[in-house]
Amino acid sequence: MSTGQDSGTPMDTSAIGGCAPEAAICARGIVRDFESGQTTIRVLHGIDTDIKPGEMTYVVGESGSGKTTLISIMCGILWPTEGEVRVFGTDIYSLSDSELVNFRLNNIGFIFQQYNLIPSIDAAANAAVPLIAQGMEIEEAREKAKVLLDKLNIGDQADKLPSQLSGGQQQRVAIARALVHEPRLVVCDEPTAALDANSGRRVMDLLREVAVAKDRACIIVTHDNRIFDLADRILVLEDGEVTHDGTEMPEDH
Amino acid sequence: MLWIAIRMLTGDAQKFYGLLFGIAFSTLLITQQLTIFVNLIERGASGVYNAPEAEIWVMDPVSRTTDVNYAMPSTALDEVRSVPGVEWAVPHLRAAASVRTGSGDLEGVAIIGVDDATLIGLPERLVEGDKKILAQPDTVIIDDGGVVNLFENGEDPIGQRLELNDQRAVIRGVADSIPSFTSQVTLYTKYSQALNFVPGTRNRLTFVLAGVSEGLTADEVAARIEEQTGLKAETREEFADAGVNFIIENTGIPTNFGITVVLGFVVGVAIVGLTFSLFIRDNIKQFGALKAIGVTNAKIVRMVGAQAALVGTVGYALGVIGTVAFIYAFSGNPFFKGFYIPWQIPLISLVSVIIILAITGFIALRSVLSTEPAAVFR
Ligand SMILES: Nc1ncnc2c1ncn2[C@@H]1O[C@H](COP(=O)(O)OP(=O)(O)OP(=O)(O)O)[C@@H](O)[C@H]1O
Ligand SMILES: [Mg+2]
Repeated sequence: MSTGQDSGTPMDTSAIGGCAPEAAICARGIVRDFESGQTTIRVLHGIDTDIKPGEMTYVVGESGSGKTTLISIMCGILWPTEGEVRVFGTDIYSLSDSELVNFRLNNIGFIFQQYNLIPSIDAAANAAVPLIAQGMEIEEAREKAKVLLDKLNIGDQADKLPSQLSGGQQQRVAIARALVHEPRLVVCDEPTAALDANSGRRVMDLLREVAVAKDRACIIVTHDNRIFDLADRILVLEDGEVTHDGTEMPEDH
Repeated sequence: MLWIAIRMLTGDAQKFYGLLFGIAFSTLLITQQLTIFVNLIERGASGVYNAPEAEIWVMDPVSRTTDVNYAMPSTALDEVRSVPGVEWAVPHLRAAASVRTGSGDLEGVAIIGVDDATLIGLPERLVEGDKKILAQPDTVIIDDGGVVNLFENGEDPIGQRLELNDQRAVIRGVADSIPSFTSQVTLYTKYSQALNFVPGTRNRLTFVLAGVSEGLTADEVAARIEEQTGLKAETREEFADAGVNFIIENTGIPTNFGITVVLGFVVGVAIVGLTFSLFIRDNIKQFGALKAIGVTNAKIVRMVGAQAALVGTVGYALGVIGTVAFIYAFSGNPFFKGFYIPWQIPLISLVSVIIILAITGFIALRSVLSTEPAAVFR
């Protein structure tokens, strides 16, 4: 079952070089510059990579290496200076602004580090936001969100406001919000940065349980070396270039 | 999403009430001040409204209002009566006088002499006494506002003796009348009696009040009177407007009220603008998240629009209810006698509220719309 709609474009990955037809994300020649006063800083230097569905892909690297910039581009919220990104076959930066917004709404789930829950609506409504944005009735959307909150073991907190929840519970609500509309791509920036080692591992286990699926890709940005062993695949970024791509961390890290 | 927008706003009680207060305050100030202004300047026409039978007011060409007047020779009455289309015409005297009350206070009053035979020129209704009582010698009828001014300790005015320019007068009735702009005490008496009260100059006929024959309009007949007599003749409406315009042109009232109304608007913009911007800033991360998740700018505009509409509707209603409550609470006070809220005024304050929200909403929106969705990962 999938609510993720192909935004028109049929699966066609032959257009850009060497894209596997089953790739969830196919990024080619990604360059990103930032203007900083008079000077232009190149943060990403032409990145080519594929992200496969059914895997948990980690993007790791030192602070400032460009991890956040890269996933922002891969999930359609930051325009690359050069290059092309296909998400499930759709060349997302050739879409119009509103098409891209709708593409994100239907295909991508976000987990923000600061959760960014809406303080005055309860946990179930917060988790239901993507469904409500898609136009579903509030009550129906809340019911669907509650099922997911149950699965995340906070079903009994569904009627509480975010301020009445612990940090960990809030994060679960944020995870539920990222998954409630069954997106085909889930992106997550530093999910464990604020947590101790045990909680961090528990969150990653949870994410693996609920977020990873056969037809869904999951990208996690982190520099938390305590959880590197939970990855299916690790991309290491150094100064805007991919220096390692494998199932485990390279020896020298 | 509108439901979420409304909950975002009402969930932040402090700012929600701040916004409501700002709008309600502006509405109240604008509506209330405009209401007082309009009612106050309409007092410039109270002399006209208090003589409801008169369809045409005839006067010396230099006279401007019921109170700013110059007397005519008494022959003017017959001249007016001889104009075709004048159904009836009666003399009307208005003059100032000084009155000494029983307790020895001195007060300036307006004397109004009404036609002996028809009593035309008297307000429609008396609060106390009967119009016929004017037939008794020395009788005056006082206006209800004047009772409060002249008898501050709540004495019954009926039967009170006054010394009017050295003449004896007895109050034998109280008229239900619209107060004058200056809230001056007004004493109604017969025309012949008024001539006794007012020291003798040759010309004391200040106005001739006239009625119009069937089939003719007041405008037509007034024009004929002017043509035939060389006097000034104004219809009831024209003369009422003249009284209002005189107040507008010769007092600082429009400026004073204008300043307050503008202040109400500016304070509204300031309070609402500041609170709205604070609210948006507090929620900018949430708006950013919504944008990243997939809410279009058009929907964000509608969300902020719904928030503004809610604040506007409730705040405006509170402001108008506040004004009505204010007028109602003071309806017993003679100064506020007859106060009403012309329908144009709530409309003006509604437009003001819409402008306030449009300005402040636009400013607040700009920051939301310019927020990069990518900012949520920072
Ligand atoms: N909006 C921006 N304007 C200017 N420079 C930016 C902007 N966003 C990122 N940068 C720069 O790009 C570089 C990479 O930033 P990015 O946030 O991608 O790093 P990161 O790997 O996620 O780091 P961290 O681990 O600290 O989150 C940094 O040098 C940063 O200063
Ligand atoms: Mg980062």
